[in-house]
Amino acid sequence: MAVVTLTIDDKPVSARAGESVLDAAKEAGIEIPTLCHLPGVSEAAACRLCLVQVEGRGRLQAACVTAAAEGMVVRTQTDTLREYRRMILELLFTEGNHVCAVCVANGNCELQTLAAELGMDHVRYPYLNPARPVDVTHKQYAIDHNRCILCTRCVRTCDEIEGAHTWDVAGRGTSSHVIADMGQPWGESVTCTSCGKCVQSCPTGALFRQGSTVAEMTKDREKLGDLVTARREKKWSV
Amino acid sequence: MDHDDLQRIAEGERAAAKSAEIRCCTSSGCRASGSKEVLSRLKAAVEANGLGDRVAAVGVGCPGLCSAGPVVQTHPDGAAFGKVTADHADGIVSALSGGSAGAVRIDPHQPFFTKQLRIVRATAGQIDPERIEAYIAAGGYEGLYRVLQRRPDEIVADVTASGLRGRGGAGYPTGLKWATVAKMPPGQKYVICNGDEGDPGAFMDRSVMEDAPHQVLEGMAIAAYAIGANQGYIYVRAEYPLAIERLQTAITQARKAGLLGRGVFQTPFEFEVEIRIGAGAFVCGEETALIASVQGLRGTPRPRPPYPAESGLWDRPTLINNVETFATIPAILRNGPAWFAAIGTATSKGTKIFSLTGKVKNAGLVEVPMGTTLREVVEQLGGGTADGKAVKAVQTGGPSGGCVPASLLDTPIDYESLASIGSIMGSGGMIVMDDADRMPEVARFFMEFCADESCGKCVPCRVGTVQLHGLLTKLVEKRATRHDLDTLIELCHLVRDTSLCGLGQSAPNPVLSTLRYFAGEYEALLQPEEFARPTRRSAVPLTVIS
Repeated sequence: MAVVTLTIDDKPVSARAGESVLDAAKEAGIEIPTLCHLPGVSEAAACRLCLVQVEGRGRLQAACVTAAAEGMVVRTQTDTLREYRRMILELLFTEGNHVCAVCVANGNCELQTLAAELGMDHVRYPYLNPARPVDVTHKQYAIDHNRCILCTRCVRTCDEIEGAHTWDVAGRGTSSHVIADMGQPWGESVTCTSCGKCVQSCPTGALFRQGSTVAEMTKDREKLGDLVTARREKKWSV
Repeated sequence: MDHDDLQRIAEGERAAAKSAEIRCCTSSGCRASGSKEVLSRLKAAVEANGLGDRVAAVGVGCPGLCSAGPVVQTHPDGAAFGKVTADHADGIVSALSGGSAGAVRIDPHQPFFTKQLRIVRATAGQIDPERIEAYIAAGGYEGLYRVLQRRPDEIVADVTASGLRGRGGAGYPTGLKWATVAKMPPGQKYVICNGDEGDPGAFMDRSVMEDAPHQVLEGMAIAAYAIGANQGYIYVRAEYPLAIERLQTAITQARKAGLLGRGVFQTPFEFEVEIRIGAGAFVCGEETALIASVQGLRGTPRPRPPYPAESGLWDRPTLINNVETFATIPAILRNGPAWFAAIGTATSKGTKIFSLTGKVKNAGLVEVPMGTTLREVVEQLGGGTADGKAVKAVQTGGPSGGCVPASLLDTPIDYESLASIGSIMGSGGMIVMDDADRMPEVARFFMEFCADESCGKCVPCRVGTVQLHGLLTKLVEKRATRHDLDTLIELCHLVRDTSLCGLGQSAPNPVLSTLRYFAGEYEALLQPEEFARPTRRSAVPLTVIS
């Protein structure tokens, strides 16, 4: 197998021929931020967070779709790149309705984590406050379009891994939104296999398992009585 | 069909020609102002006057001067009439025998007509675009015949030697593109004609498809032979029903005549063409989005490489050229590459069609040699502004282009010169503006267009254009501060540098180019800061000139 060597952030890195700069960097311990990239499915090159500077190329290149090449010199952390990444995150925060405090993914959200890591501590553009629906018609899962960043990971996972192609994108521009089948409620989808891969692939709290939202959290007080009884009578159910 | 048949058709057509013709434009512009009614009344008037044996009233393509439509010309005396109504029909017919026409005469010797050099539009306004015989009599399909007598690589070499560059906007060398597809291993290859013209104010390709559909087909067939393809698609936007109708008519006629299909000119060459109709998305003019749309997928661009030349339609090598590029090909192969390369400038060869619109006296289509200055086009061909006011700026290249100020009107029209002053050749839209046009509002118009047409795939274009539009609105409504202006510029850089496809990358151009030349208009709208802010220290350079 052909191997190429390149330089990423002044560090010599080896990569298999055809491997993306993103993967090559990751193997060498250099993390390039991404949101739409998901190992195992095709690349969308849509979030533009993994843009890097490649010496000799006029335009910034998306690391996920740029093949590592012999002698390539890549910079992933210039001031401009860092600023652009922050701005892209700001744009994402203005586009949807991202309220971390009441989100199922709070603390486990890639958008939130990246914002913290990249120092996006405030948003300079006005929030667009779109009116977006929540679809809870599916028995096990739900989709909150307010938190969707249109990374299309769910679309690609459903199509390429599960083979169901339940999800796709409709509309254009900021009216873009993911739809189940031909735009019917998720619960009425005839193609959805309820496998839940889309839920696992979602970087934010847009796709989630029902029962996991803040509003749905309940206290099971009967458990207290059960515990007391079990301890007293030394009867623990298996 | 062999070469003798082609000549027989041409001779038959010439023999059947009447001694005089009344030519009425039936293309979209004139049709919208009632030219179909004019034509039927002209035909009736010819019959009523008993002139049917020597005069023919025919529907022709667009003669170019759309602002004077409906336009009627008489041949061979060369008279032309504008704003013709059905009631003028009798007068125009009687004018052939020396009577008074009663219609407004257009001077056929004015610079609008005499300063043009028509190669692509050679037959527009002269022949009936719905008859293949008329195209053949004008020399049509002769280029294809000659091409089929030669080797494919010679054809590619000719196109390369002609210096032709893509007319869709980017100006990529056509010969190089053809050579790339031709060099891909043999197997299924495709030819696609991009007729998804969508820039506001641009209608060059519409007119080429409407006025010379066979010329487009001939160009595509030549390309198919040169690169080894047997299947072609013409992608036309649904908003061009007449172009679709005429292309379909042309395909049916060409197939019937044996100029498409199997065994063209009794050679092994085989080529089929199908039309694909767009569904209203501007972004489908971008080649990878167009290809997705032809395949029945959502019309969104994908990152390149691989370029379509390597992996395009159904992952096969695909040649994709613009309508005007294909329509230029037959003349190059008929007259030779040296003839074409002698026209234009060192780096931009041949002619280019522009749709001249806005505050200009003579609005319509003009075809001029590359190297003609913007001033010549606007002031001589266009006749300056309609009400005699000074020209303030000319917008070229649509939403991807820029505004050229009056002071730079002596810039020659070629790919490099326009790029050096912050605009682009683009597909050929040219909008003339006067003092009444406020540049920030012009920029806001184009940004609204881009935000509306963004496909939504990549973040900077999807959200960035909406935020830019919001900032421009704030500015136009005099609510913006200098801080907002800095934010605007910074965001322009982001959208330009990080968007996935050409639509997003060029969306900030109208803002950046107007800021470059008309910064004063932006400054004048600014409001004082409510609070003193620290000086911005941005990692993004806040200069406008790049």
